Amino acid sequence: MKTYDAIVVGAGHNGLTNAAYLAKSGLDVLCLEKNDYIGGATVSRNLYKDWYYSNCSYVCSLLRPEIFRDLDLARHGLQVTPYGGGTVFMENGDYLGNYPNAEVHYREYARFSKADADAYERYSADTMRQCRFIRDFLLRTPPDPTSFKPKDLRELAHLGAKFYEMGEQRMYDTIRFWTMSVAEYLDEYFETDVIKAALSGSGIIGTALGIHSPGTAYVLLHHYMGDVDGNMGAWGYARGGMGSVAKAICSAFQSYGGELRTDAGVEQITVSNKKVTGVALTTGEEIKAPIVVSAMDVKRTFLKCMDKNDLDEDFYRRVKNFKIRGSSGKLNIALDGLPTFPALPKGSPLLDGDMHFIDSMERMERAYDDWKEGTWSKDPYVDMVIPTVCDPTMAPPGKHFMSCFVQYCPAQVEGRDWTDEERDQFGQTVIDQISEYSPDFKDLILHCEVRTPREIENEAGLTEGNIFHGELTMDQLMFNRPIPGYAQYRGPVGGLYMCGSSNHPGGGVMAAPGCNAAREILTDLKRPDITPVNFGDD
Amino acid sequence: MSERYDAIVVGAGHNGLICASLLGKAGRKVLVLEANEQVGGAAVTREFASGYSVSSCAHLLYQLQPQVQKDLGLKPDLAADGMSTVVLSPEGNHVRLNEKQVSGVSEEDAAEYQHFYKRMTRFADLLRTYLNKMPPRLAKNASKSDMLTLAQLGFDIRRLGKVEMQEFLRLIGMNIRDEAVERFESGLLRGAISLDATLGTHLGPRSPNTILTYLYRLAGAHGKISQPKGGMSAVTEALAHSARNNGAVIRTGMPVKRIVIENGRVAGVKTEGGETFSSSLVVSNADPKTTIMNLVKARNVETQFTHRIHHIRSKGNAAKLHLALDGLPAIDGIEKREFGDRFLIAPDDNYVERAFNHAKYGETSIKPVFEITFPSFRDSGLAPAGKHVMSAIVQYVPYELREGWSDKSRAAFQELAIDTLAEYMPDLPDRITATELLTPVDIEEQFHISGGHWHHGELTLDQFLFTRPVGGAAQYAMPLDGLYLCGAGAHPGGGVSGAAGRNAARAILKREAVV
Amino acid sequence: MTVQEVEQGRYRSPFYPRQAELDRLFQWHDWKGYATADGFYDTDLEYFSIRNSTGVFDLTPMTKYRITGPDSLAFINRLVTRDMSKIKPGRVAYAVWCDDQGQVIDDGTIFHLKKGEYRLCSQERHMAWLRMSAIGMDVTIVDETMDVCGLAVQGPTSFSILKTMGLDGIENLRPFGLTHFDFQGAELMVSRTGFTGDLGYEIWITNDKAIELWDALFDAGKNYGIMAMGTDALEHSRIEAGFIAAYIDFLPADATVRSGRSRSPLELGLEWLVDFKKPNFNGRRALAEEKRSGSTWRLVKLDIEGNKPAHHSYIYANPKTKKEVGFITSAAWSPVCKQNIALGTVRVPHGNVGEKLFVEIYYQREMHWSRVMAEATVVDKPFWDPPRKRATPPGPF
Repeated sequence: MKTYDAIVVGAGHNGLTNAAYLAKSGLDVLCLEKNDYIGGATVSRNLYKDWYYSNCSYVCSLLRPEIFRDLDLARHGLQVTPYGGGTVFMENGDYLGNYPNAEVHYREYARFSKADADAYERYSADTMRQCRFIRDFLLRTPPDPTSFKPKDLRELAHLGAKFYEMGEQRMYDTIRFWTMSVAEYLDEYFETDVIKAALSGSGIIGTALGIHSPGTAYVLLHHYMGDVDGNMGAWGYARGGMGSVAKAICSAFQSYGGELRTDAGVEQITVSNKKVTGVALTTGEEIKAPIVVSAMDVKRTFLKCMDKNDLDEDFYRRVKNFKIRGSSGKLNIALDGLPTFPALPKGSPLLDGDMHFIDSMERMERAYDDWKEGTWSKDPYVDMVIPTVCDPTMAPPGKHFMSCFVQYCPAQVEGRDWTDEERDQFGQTVIDQISEYSPDFKDLILHCEVRTPREIENEAGLTEGNIFHGELTMDQLMFNRPIPGYAQYRGPVGGLYMCGSSNHPGGGVMAAPGCNAAREILTDLKRPDITPVNFGDD
Repeated sequence: MSERYDAIVVGAGHNGLICASLLGKAGRKVLVLEANEQVGGAAVTREFASGYSVSSCAHLLYQLQPQVQKDLGLKPDLAADGMSTVVLSPEGNHVRLNEKQVSGVSEEDAAEYQHFYKRMTRFADLLRTYLNKMPPRLAKNASKSDMLTLAQLGFDIRRLGKVEMQEFLRLIGMNIRDEAVERFESGLLRGAISLDATLGTHLGPRSPNTILTYLYRLAGAHGKISQPKGGMSAVTEALAHSARNNGAVIRTGMPVKRIVIENGRVAGVKTEGGETFSSSLVVSNADPKTTIMNLVKARNVETQFTHRIHHIRSKGNAAKLHLALDGLPAIDGIEKREFGDRFLIAPDDNYVERAFNHAKYGETSIKPVFEITFPSFRDSGLAPAGKHVMSAIVQYVPYELREGWSDKSRAAFQELAIDTLAEYMPDLPDRITATELLTPVDIEEQFHISGGHWHHGELTLDQFLFTRPVGGAAQYAMPLDGLYLCGAGAHPGGGVSGAAGRNAARAILKREAVV
Repeated sequence: MTVQEVEQGRYRSPFYPRQAELDRLFQWHDWKGYATADGFYDTDLEYFSIRNSTGVFDLTPMTKYRITGPDSLAFINRLVTRDMSKIKPGRVAYAVWCDDQGQVIDDGTIFHLKKGEYRLCSQERHMAWLRMSAIGMDVTIVDETMDVCGLAVQGPTSFSILKTMGLDGIENLRPFGLTHFDFQGAELMVSRTGFTGDLGYEIWITNDKAIELWDALFDAGKNYGIMAMGTDALEHSRIEAGFIAAYIDFLPADATVRSGRSRSPLELGLEWLVDFKKPNFNGRRALAEEKRSGSTWRLVKLDIEGNKPAHHSYIYANPKTKKEVGFITSAAWSPVCKQNIALGTVRVPHGNVGEKLFVEIYYQREMHWSRVMAEATVVDKPFWDPPRKRATPPGPF
C-alpha cells in the first residue's frame, strides 16, 4: 500500500492551498475530501436546474493576492471582478447608498450629515492605518510570546517595531481600536444612525457578538483588510461563483502532481507513539503518511477525528472550550427575474451592489439579543447580493441567483437541534424582511435553499456552522489562535499540522492559514520555503 | 490679591484627599476645595431619613490599596471585616461565598472555584502592581522609566510561567460569562461572578472585557469585603484628618466654577462664590469630562484631546436604593445572624445579561440585579434602636433613560426594584418607612460625577492603562501646564481604592519642582 | 417617500454656461466634485494672461464655511496657528491649521467679513474637523460651498477691469483687504487675494448672479486682455509665487495613513504663521517641542540649473554618494522668470538658503530617456514677486 509524504484532510480553499504548496515543493501529497465535490465552504453548487449557488461564502476580497499570483490562479481559471456599491433600505422609505465613487459617496452621506460625509475620510484613513498594520501579519506565523527561540523573539520584535512605527498617539488609537466595540468606534466619527448601522455590519458578520460588544471593531477590520487589485476594502465576485476559487487552487495543486480524492471522509487521524501515522477513512480504508494536515476546524479535528487518548487532557479541554459559535445562516435563492426595489431610483447603480434592511444601531443590537436567547433574529441583519447582475455564468440569461447572508442564527434553537419547520420559519423571516422593500420579490422565487448552522455543519463540516472556524475575539487571535501555545500550525502530536481558518489569521476566503501552515511544514522538513512573502508597501 | 498655594485640589473625594495628604506630607502647601458641605465625594455617609444613615454611593470596602494605607498610616475602623456573600436563590437554596470558598454548590463547582479563585487572584496581583504605578508612555522617545515599566510588565507577565502566561493573555480580553460557564454548573455561582464583574459598568457578562473588570475588583484585597464603621465617611474623614495633619487646608461648600488659565497655563481656581485662589498647580479630583469641558473649557486645550475627552464613555448604570426599615425582613433560608453579609440577586448569568439588555436601549432592567447590605446590622449607629437600613446597588439603571428621568419614572423604577426584592423578602414592602433612590442622574447632580458613573468613565480595555482617561494623557498630567487629574477617571479607575490619588501625587512630586 | 438620487456626475459651476462657450479644448477634470477646466484655449496663453493682462479662474469649488457666533474668534484662534485677533473686519488672512500633533491639516484663507463673522475658504472639506473643534464652544458653522460662487481675477490689468466694471473705491483696497459692493442688487464681495503671486482679486457672489457677474466682468475686461484660464495655468503661476498646495506639496494630516508623511507648518516654511505668543491653539504644544528639538523636514524653493523641469526628482546633497536627502514636489519652467524652478522637501539639516543641492532629472525626447544631475540652489524669496502686487492704489496695468 502506498505511503504519501503528506495527507491534507479537507479540500476547502485552505486545505487545497496547503496541499498545493506541499506538492509544489515536491512532496507526494494526497488531499482528501468527504464530499463528492471540493471547496468546503468555498463552493458553487448546482442545486437547482442551471443555477450555480455560491451557497456558503459568496464574495471575495480577502484571498491573499500573493497567493493568487504565486499559484498562478488566473491561469487556473480564477477571475475576480470587483463589485461596487451597496444600499441600506430605511423604514421611512429613504435609503442610504454606498457609492464606489468617492465624490458621490460624499454627496450621499452629506444628504444626512455634512460632518459625517467629511468624517468618512478620517474614518477611512484611520481604518486603513489599522488594515496596513494587520496586513503585514497575514502571511506570517504568529510568534509565541512565551518562547525564547530566536525566531519567536524576532517575530515579536517585528510586531513591536511595526507597532512603534505608528507613532505615539496612533499606538494608543490602535490599542483602543483592537479592544473597543464597533458601535463605539463609529460613534467617534459619525452622528447619523443609518450611517453607523450601515458601517457596523462588518463588525459582526460571522461573529457571535453584538455591535456594542468590545472587540467588534477588530472584526470590522477583518472585513476591510482584503482588497481587489490593491483597492483595500473592496469586495468582488469570483466568476462562476466561489467554487471557482477552490477549483483554481485545486487545479494548481494537481498541476504540481498532487492527488485529490473526493467522497473520502476521514474517520480518524491515526497516531502511534505520539506521532501521526496517517488516516482511517469512514470506509475503513487506512492511508499512511508521516504528515497529516487538517484543514478542518480545531473542534472537528480533535474532538471528532482523533482518539481522545492520543491527546493531552489539558489540550483536549482547551479545544472543547474553543469558541466556535454558530451565529449566521444563509438563503440561496433562484430568481425568475431581477426583483425591483421601488425605493431606489430607476437605473440606480446601487441595484448592482449589496443590500441591507436594518437602518438603526438599535435594530442591529436587538438582532443579537434574540441570538443570546437561543433563537434566530426576528429582524435579522441580512447581507444580500445578486452576483448574476455581473456574472453571466451562474444562472440562465435573464434569471438570477441571490445570496442572503443572515445574522443572527444560532447553532441550536433554545438549546436543542433545529427542526425542518423552524428552518423554514427562519427562511420565511428573511424573505418577509426583503419583501418589505421589494414587493415582487416573493413571486420571483423559483427555489430557495435555507441553511441554518445545522445544514452548514452537516455539509461543509464547519462546527456550529461558524464561517470563521472560531470566533475572532482577542482571546482567539494571533498567538492565541486557536489555542495558546499552538498558534504555529503544529498540532499536539508529531507530524500533525493544522491549516484551517481556526488558525491565524482566521476565516474568510483568505488562504493565508493554508499557506502559512505549508511554510511551517516545509521548515520542519528542512525544505526551502517556497511560500510567498507579503507584497509589502514600504 | 488672592491666597497662593503650591497646589489646589478640586474635590475632596477619597482620591483628592489622598493626593492632598501626600502632597502635604511632601511639604507642599495644599488647598482642597469641596463643592459639598461634607468631604468624601461619593464615599460619604448621609442621613437619608431621620435617624437613618447610609453610605450614599460606595458602601463596601474591598479595593482600598494597601500602599495607600501604608503611606498614610490609615487603619479604617471596620464594623465588619471579611464579609461573606450570599447569592439569593428564589427557592431558598442560596449559595454562600467568602473570598476563597463557596458552599451550596456541587463538590465539583466548589473545587473548581478554588482553582478559579487562585488563578484570578494571581492575575489580580499582577494587575495590582500596575494599578499602583503611573502608566508608561508608548513612544520611541519615551523616558527611561517608561521603558523600564514596560519591560517590567513584559517580564512580570513572562514570570507567570508558560501556562499561566498563556492563560493571562487569553483571558484578559475575554468575557466573564464564558469563563463562568466553562467552569461552573451552578447558575447562582455564575450569576454572582457575573454580577461582581459587571457591577458599576455598562457591560453584561457576555461582553468581552469583563474578566478585566473582575480582576480589577480583586486587585485590592483579593475580594475580601469589609464595612467601615460609621459608613464610608469614616474612611474619608480619616483621610481628611490625615490631609489636615499634613498641612492641607480643606474648605467645603466651595464649588469651583472654573480653573483659571493665564498665558496658556494653570494659574488657580475661581469658585462659584467668586473667590479666587492662586496656584500654578491644580489637581482635579473631578472626572475628566467635568474637569476639561466645564472647569478648563475646551478652548484652552486642543481639538483632538477635547474630542477624546468628549467621547469617554461614562454613562452610569448603577443606582443606589436606600430603605429605612422598621425591622429586618425575612428571607427564606437565611438566619438572622447572617444579615451582616452581602446579598446578591443575580440568579444566573443569563439573568444578569438580560438585565443589561435593557440598558443598551435606555431602559431600566425589568428584572434588575442587586448587591444588598444591611449596614445597621453590624453598625447600630446607622439606625435607631431596633430599626435597620438597607443599602443596595441596583443595576441596570441607565443614565440616559429613553423616556427621560422624572419623578414618575423614578417612582416607577423604585416600585419595580422593591417588587423584585419582595420576591426574596416578602415582608420587605411592609417594613419600609422611608426610601431614597439615587439614579445615575441623581449621583451626577449630588456628587458632581458626569454621567453618574462610579469609575468616572467605563473601565474597559480601550479606556485602561495607556488610554485612561485618554491616550497621551494617562500620566496624570493633562496637556495644559499645571493641570493634573487625580480621580477615578485617571488610571487605574474607580472604586474606593485610592490608587489614582496616590499615583497622581507621586507623578506631581516627580514632575513639579517646588516653585 | 421617494428620494431624489444624488447627482452622479460632476457638478457644473454657475459659470459653466459661459465657460462652455469659450471652451476650445474639452479638457475637464474633477475638483471636489465640480467639473473644472484644465484650460480653455491654450495653457501658455492663459498663463501669460496672468502675467501680462488678466486671467479669470473659477473658484467656485473652493470649500467655504461661514463661522459665526459669540465664540467665533476664540474658535478660529484655537483652530489656526496665527493670531486671528490681529485680523480686523475687512481683512483676509492666509492661515494653516494643525492637529494636536502639530501636523498640517490644510491651509486656506479666512475672511473677516464683519465683526465676529468669518468665512473660511480652503481646498479640502473640513466640516468634521470644524465640528470637532467646536465642541464646548458657541459657534455656528455653515457650509456655503454650494451657495456662493467665485472668480479669481488675476493679473496686472485686473484693477483696471474692476474699476471699469464700476467698483468705485477698489483702488483703496490693500493686499489682503476685503470689501463689498452692490452688484445688481446683490452683494459682491471683493478681496485682494490670489494664488498667482501677482496683482489680483477674488470676487464672490451668490449663484443666482453668476452669469451677470461673468458678463459684466468680461465686458469690462474686453479692452484689457481678459481671458478665462484653467488649472494648468494657475498651477504654473502658483509655483512661481512659491505657494504650496495640498496633496501636492503636503498631505492633509487627517487623511494620511502612513506615519511620518504629514508635515508641520515649521517644516513647510510657514513658521511666520505660527504665533507662539498665543496661549493655546491646535498643535501649539507639539510645535513648541518641535521648535526646541528640531524639525525632520524642510520645504525648500529651488532654482535649478538648465531648463528641464525636475518633476518627481530625488534631491541629493552629494551627487557622488547618491544618498537622497529629499524629493521634489512641484516643478516647472518659469516662462516669466526664465528659471527652472521647483518646490521640494529635504531632510534637516539640509535646505539652508544658499545651499547647493543636486536633483536627478529624467526627461524624454522622442522616446529616448536621459538623466541629468542638475545643481540646485536653495532660495528664500518667491520666484516671482512684482512690486505691482503690493502697490496701493494699483497701477492701471
